[in-house]
Amino acid sequence: MNKELDEREEVAQAASSAHGGGRQPRVRSKHSIERGGLVFTGVCVGLVVILVVMLIFMVCSRGIATFVHDGISLGAFLSGTTWNPHTNGPDGQPLMGALPMICGSFAVTLLSCVISLPFALGASIFVVEVQPTFGQKVFRPMVELLTGIPSVVYGLVGLSIVVKWTSGWAGGTGYGIFSGSIVLALMILPTVTSLATDAIAAVPDSYRDGSYGLGCTRWQTILHVVLPSAMPGIVTAVIMGMTRAFGEALAVQMVIGNAAKMPTGLFTPASTLTSVLTMGMGNEAMGTVFNDVLWSLAMVLLLMSLVFILIVHLIGRKGAAKNG
Amino acid sequence: MASEESRDGGISDVTKRLRAEDHVATGVLTAIVVAILVALVAVIGYILVSGAGKAFDLHFLTSKPESFKAGGGIGPELFNSFYLLVLTLLISLPISLGAAIFLTQYAPEGPVTNIAKTAIETLSSLPSIVVGLFGMLIFVLGAGWGFSIISGALALTMFNIPILVRVIQQALEAVPRDQRDAALALGLTRWEATVHVLVPAAMPAIVTGVILSAGRVFGEAAALIYTAGQSAPALDFTNLNLASPSCPWNIFRPAETLAVHIWKINSEGVVPDLAAVSAGTAAVLMICILLFNVLARIAGRAIERRLTAE
Repeated sequence: MNKELDEREEVAQAASSAHGGGRQPRVRSKHSIERGGLVFTGVCVGLVVILVVMLIFMVCSRGIATFVHDGISLGAFLSGTTWNPHTNGPDGQPLMGALPMICGSFAVTLLSCVISLPFALGASIFVVEVQPTFGQKVFRPMVELLTGIPSVVYGLVGLSIVVKWTSGWAGGTGYGIFSGSIVLALMILPTVTSLATDAIAAVPDSYRDGSYGLGCTRWQTILHVVLPSAMPGIVTAVIMGMTRAFGEALAVQMVIGNAAKMPTGLFTPASTLTSVLTMGMGNEAMGTVFNDVLWSLAMVLLLMSLVFILIVHLIGRKGAAKNG
Repeated sequence: MASEESRDGGISDVTKRLRAEDHVATGVLTAIVVAILVALVAVIGYILVSGAGKAFDLHFLTSKPESFKAGGGIGPELFNSFYLLVLTLLISLPISLGAAIFLTQYAPEGPVTNIAKTAIETLSSLPSIVVGLFGMLIFVLGAGWGFSIISGALALTMFNIPILVRVIQQALEAVPRDQRDAALALGLTRWEATVHVLVPAAMPAIVTGVILSAGRVFGEAAALIYTAGQSAPALDFTNLNLASPSCPWNIFRPAETLAVHIWKINSEGVVPDLAAVSAGTAAVLMICILLFNVLARIAGRAIERRLTAE
């Protein structure tokens, strides 16, 4: 039965492949249908690939113009601590230090991950190990809803609640890395939670049964068996969260205070790559030095995202190799 | 005998400690989940409550926004948001469907498929502001369309494609393999099997996923501020001249959406009733997205019922 099925499939596939078409004149019209489908779907995929390649190429080529065309050195750009592109420094070059924004971006990204990880991990353990029915019926739809809240709405909530609250107990304006991290932590929570839930749910039940069979409590099982097995997936979840936090623009821009200077504390206004891009891109004509530098910031943002994706890939491959 | 007792005692001490630890851990986990649910309800509740007064005010929903005096509305923004969403879905749905079918049905093992998968994954992880800036380079400046609906829709398409491809791919993969095998065994080509058997069977999940992704598109702002623009010319629904900036259907006019409006008025800070307008706009945005969520589930279920004839 199965063999017959396979043979039929082979015939169908032979008809679809370019070489089979000639030997099977009876199914030629089928052959052209199949080729039409392949061409249509192939074009769709090709279009997406071309768009991505074009995006990376164009953003990078504009970003590189700062260094090639305007003669600003890469070192001064990456390590300069003063961002004031309309003023020239002692060396006669405009002050284009991107380090304050790079530091700001990394600070909000790391801090928001640190804040949201315990919640995300705790929740995903709860919905897999403690209350699976509740997890499926109530918690998952709720988390999906949280994913659906637009980032500007998070920004607005941050502006009207988090900033005021922070300013209340920490003093100052309330704008800064801390407020930005709280808003981002809330934003990436659903991403990290759902990915971590998947990772924990993917641990085979036989592992748990083995642990329970040895007389371990649920917490021991979670701590010593489930979490270590799910670790690559959990790390991936965290990095996906970091990718989202690093690239988020508007919500951060609304609460971070937008002062492009080296961050000195968590409660003073700062900037990120995305916030400077959001604010600056509209004000400058294409081709000016300031505009070119903004594109260089966009390139840094793009390259960092690619690095995050690469890390996720490497973890995935390592996990696959480990599981044989 | 004595040593036996002490060992028993030792074991039960350990058991007690472990059991206590287990209880504490369960308590902490429960507290975390409760905290998340409270935060979620608080955020959504805050948005809806603080904006409810405006969101159900017909004048607010239909009148044009004001810059320097109070009492502005969000009429054009509301229309623009839906118009952009429809255009985006019209462009992105066929492409995503094709790409997802390619990846699930045709995808030859090898470099082509790997490149395609990597490209889609890359696109899904790119910051939306970068996608918006690319849209500005290509559509706004390159094609010369300026800040316009079509530039915005194309930028949103790039943002939406990876989401849709993943949703459709999962829906197609969830169809039992037997159905595909049976269709192929009957002599259908892969394309016919996909169009006549797999896609209809996957339809409930596809529809649910597409509507949920519509919610994401509806609330997206970062990809739009430099493509669809930050201004909303007043719309005249009697104007059918497609070249006129006040014609609602003109795809070459700038179009600020609800999400962009919230961001813009807050970063400019010149509207006198800023807090009320942004709360109202956020509430309208949230209500639309909640409706998308409900609609997604209802539509998916309704189609499933029709398919299975129950």
